[in-house]
Amino acid sequence: MATNNMYLKNMPKRLKKPSLFSIIGWIIFLALFVQGLYSTNITPDRLWTGLINMMTFLARAFPPDASRLSFITTAMFSTFQMALVGTAFGTLISLPVALLASANTSPSPVLAGFVRSLVSVIRTIPDLIWALIFVISVGLGPLAGILTITVDSVGFCARFFSERIEELDAGPIQALEATGSSKVGVIIGSIIPMGFPSFVATSLYALEKAIRSAVVLGLVGAGGIGVELSTAMTLRRFDEALMIMILILVFVIATEKVSTRIRKQVI
Amino acid sequence: MNSVAVKDLGKTYSDGTQALKTVDFEVKSGEGVVLLGHNGSGKSTLFKCITGFEQPSAGSIHVNGQLIDISDKPSLKETRKDIGMVFQHFNLIENVSVFQNVLFGALGRVGFFAKTLAPFASDALRKQAMECLDRVGLSHLAKQRADKISGGQKQRVAIARMLMQEPKVVLADEPIASLDPKAGLEVMDLLWEIVRERNLTVICVLHQMDVALKYGERIIGLKNGDVVIDQKNSQLAACDLDWLYETTAEKDEGGSENGDQ
Repeated sequence: MATNNMYLKNMPKRLKKPSLFSIIGWIIFLALFVQGLYSTNITPDRLWTGLINMMTFLARAFPPDASRLSFITTAMFSTFQMALVGTAFGTLISLPVALLASANTSPSPVLAGFVRSLVSVIRTIPDLIWALIFVISVGLGPLAGILTITVDSVGFCARFFSERIEELDAGPIQALEATGSSKVGVIIGSIIPMGFPSFVATSLYALEKAIRSAVVLGLVGAGGIGVELSTAMTLRRFDEALMIMILILVFVIATEKVSTRIRKQVI
Repeated sequence: MNSVAVKDLGKTYSDGTQALKTVDFEVKSGEGVVLLGHNGSGKSTLFKCITGFEQPSAGSIHVNGQLIDISDKPSLKETRKDIGMVFQHFNLIENVSVFQNVLFGALGRVGFFAKTLAPFASDALRKQAMECLDRVGLSHLAKQRADKISGGQKQRVAIARMLMQEPKVVLADEPIASLDPKAGLEVMDLLWEIVRERNLTVICVLHQMDVALKYGERIIGLKNGDVVIDQKNSQLAACDLDWLYETTAEKDEGGSENGDQ
């Protein structure tokens, strides 16, 4: 032990002096925050009016109108199918894309960097913009929705698949490489099975996300329950709109419950 | 000609660490060699060079007469088929069955990966995998997931996977370091029985000197990247090997955190 309490000079200070970078970061954040508050013109009066309007909507929406339940359920099912098919295609495409994007599986670092950038670009573009592009390309309807969800799922899944692949324990991979196996053999024999639980979990999250997206995509003409919701709101049939919302809620919660069970099984 | 010939091998990493200086030895066909040395003495680097996972900075390695050359991938793959590995941490695919893990041992020699997947493997290959599991006494665990078995059992499965590869040379990198003493000796007994009955060449890294003297016909000692002992077991006693590890204590006191190289 050092004498004269010399060891105390090494005690960390309670607070660290912030770096110039963090000071600038905080200034930018606060400036944007205040500007955001100012430009959106948030006032107590506007918030109160909004609350009253919401109450009026709820009062007019109750009780929910179940007269078109069968038709709405069919539309909801169509939305679910759109999400399922889009996510399935997206997941299938994501796997080879992730293998090309991962540092430990890509044939070259340049290719890995290029694919990673491409996935980032795909992810950066919001799904609504993809939907508008596909509506223009293939016309109104579920096909535009499926293509949107496929692309959106690639942006989501390929990133997480790739991160998981890079985190995998190198030992078992090296063990199969040491047998003289081909690269494909090593990928199929070690990387896919080791990453499988994570791939399934990510795909199920992508499906949950896709169902929520698919509802919104309908608002821009990509088919499904979104079209029904949009029509009901435009025609001010709030009781029917509430019925649609309840059905969406039931579907989303049911999907989450099922996917949680599957995740637990696989992991 | 099942042998490993290491000639004037040197390895310096890009950060300047000299892991191997001038390592020179030959292991003849069917010979059982134990490699000893403290952490950082160069044992793991040597194994990485033999298996072609590291390119030597100097010298050469021949396995069964074939030069190990990382730049010649097809030739390296061919040579690797003859080298069976047993690892300290088993390196099994934990979330697939024991049976599937053993089948993966045939990945290199069978060629097309699908032929080693349990549902598509030929009857002959499936039977061979069960024979390998039976040889290590674990045929009853074939359907079990690899993460559900004990450490000793995992190492036995790794040995079965190595058998499935049908290698001519076996490299065992601290195969009992992760096991309790009893399980460790059982695994060593099994490994040595198998390599002896098949007349395989084996190089085994160990840290336990009593175990090394029990199994190794020849002991090679590495210290600071050089071969400092290379003698027949009969010419050595445990006390002759003590000094190999003396520097370990000095090194640890010096605060080395690099682990083995």
